[in-house]
Amino acid sequence: MKPFDYVRPATVREAVAAAAEPGAAYLAAGTNLMDLMKGGIIGPSRIVDITHLPDLDRIEELPDGGVRIGALVRNADLAHDRDFARRFPAVAEALLSGASAQLRNAATVGGNLLQRTRCAYFYDVAGACNKRDPGSGCDARGGDNRLHAVMGWSERCIATHPSDFCVPLVALDAVVELEGGAGRREIPLETFHRLPGDAPQHESMLGPGEMIVAVRLPAEAARFAAHARYLKVRERTSYAFAVVSAAAALRLDDDTIADARLALGGVAMKPWRAREAERILAGARPDASVLCRAAEAALAQAKPSGDNGFKIVLARRIVVRALALAAAGTPAPMPALPASPFA
Amino acid sequence: MGFSTTLTVNGVIRTVQLDDPRLTLLDLLRERLGLTGTKKGCDRGQCGACTVLLDGRRVNSCLALAISHDGAQVLTIEGVAYGNRLHPVQEAFLANDGLQCGFCTPGQIMSAIGLIAEGGAGGDAERVREGMSGNLCRCGAYQGITEAVLEAERALGAADRKEVA
Repeated sequence: MKPFDYVRPATVREAVAAAAEPGAAYLAAGTNLMDLMKGGIIGPSRIVDITHLPDLDRIEELPDGGVRIGALVRNADLAHDRDFARRFPAVAEALLSGASAQLRNAATVGGNLLQRTRCAYFYDVAGACNKRDPGSGCDARGGDNRLHAVMGWSERCIATHPSDFCVPLVALDAVVELEGGAGRREIPLETFHRLPGDAPQHESMLGPGEMIVAVRLPAEAARFAAHARYLKVRERTSYAFAVVSAAAALRLDDDTIADARLALGGVAMKPWRAREAERILAGARPDASVLCRAAEAALAQAKPSGDNGFKIVLARRIVVRALALAAAGTPAPMPALPASPFA
Repeated sequence: MGFSTTLTVNGVIRTVQLDDPRLTLLDLLRERLGLTGTKKGCDRGQCGACTVLLDGRRVNSCLALAISHDGAQVLTIEGVAYGNRLHPVQEAFLANDGLQCGFCTPGQIMSAIGLIAEGGAGGDAERVREGMSGNLCRCGAYQGITEAVLEAERALGAADRKEVA
């Protein structure tokens, strides 16, 4: 690990000022950052430890019925917050399907959004990776790429975003609150992560030194609580990243879908909102033919980036299954064993 | 540059001078305090051998920067027995053959104590496997580990859960 200068700011303002310097990185739990530093994938010259900042570890109900989740709230604490899990069950289910209990106890909300891809070539400092070393090439193209992106990828990069948490968040219109040198601003999560294009090293809309202070869910998001699921398929039952996942949330009016939200994980360098599928579902009955049409629409732009054509077929099936599970209703003890497709 | 960090480790207040902020909690425990019960397996947060309770919660100590946890309470495998009497989770691992080589065992036991403190697995083997998935065992003693956690959970009972951690 490269040497770094350690600073522990007392306020968000001080943190933003300390992180404005090139080469600085924020440290929250460090569950991904420390791993990247130990592997030599990144080597920040300054670590700005934000874990002691006040007030960023709260889950607040907002007067309008929404919820504001501080950037330092631990994944486990959010998932096990009874009110939160009752109102946003798919988010709790996604959180508990990610990583291990040890990692969830440490990892933060802000850090989850900013975690890096798990593409093996990004981690292999001896290989070519445009994300780690812009212009060096992409060894994943033509390499072992069966788990790589099938949507929104470019010739420069076919990595995926590994977060489970972000998938239901993007389906439910979450907003990210940022603080930087120029003050506070907010941005929809759907536009927060960037697709690789020609510059895969740029992964989010964060400006230099800017930090995430909170994530908000609107009151509207809680209206899906009775029919919301997160379904994740992995190569083993637990403690693995998604091959494909889907967050499905429905608002049913008798037997008709009044409103639908759908997003996919594991398919692109960002959580993928499937708006065309949502339009197909709205006003329809959740029968098999409608769910299949929605799944077709959700994957309409999908294209293999290597030996991963199977993910497109799998993703369609997972969409149908997630929607069917959501239509059947959120299980009473939530989360059930998280997100097992075999449950 | 000089830093110091003060931790309560197994009930004892320890202040450690750090000459380098890169020191992890794992290395602090092993190299600076001589508490080598906590194991370094992958050193990358993947195997769980380094699991300790940090402020009552199980975490991977290899990913925790020691300097960032100034003031924290740490419980390691060295601190779980009551004098010469083993902790019920330790007893259960022995009684159920929850180990072969033993390298992952301190992490497994700390993780099991953490799981039970979090509310446990409700006697459900499937939930034990899910709750313990962050601890790898290369010997493949998973069946015994699962039995051990179920037995320890029964032995400790719901009422005692919060006291263990």
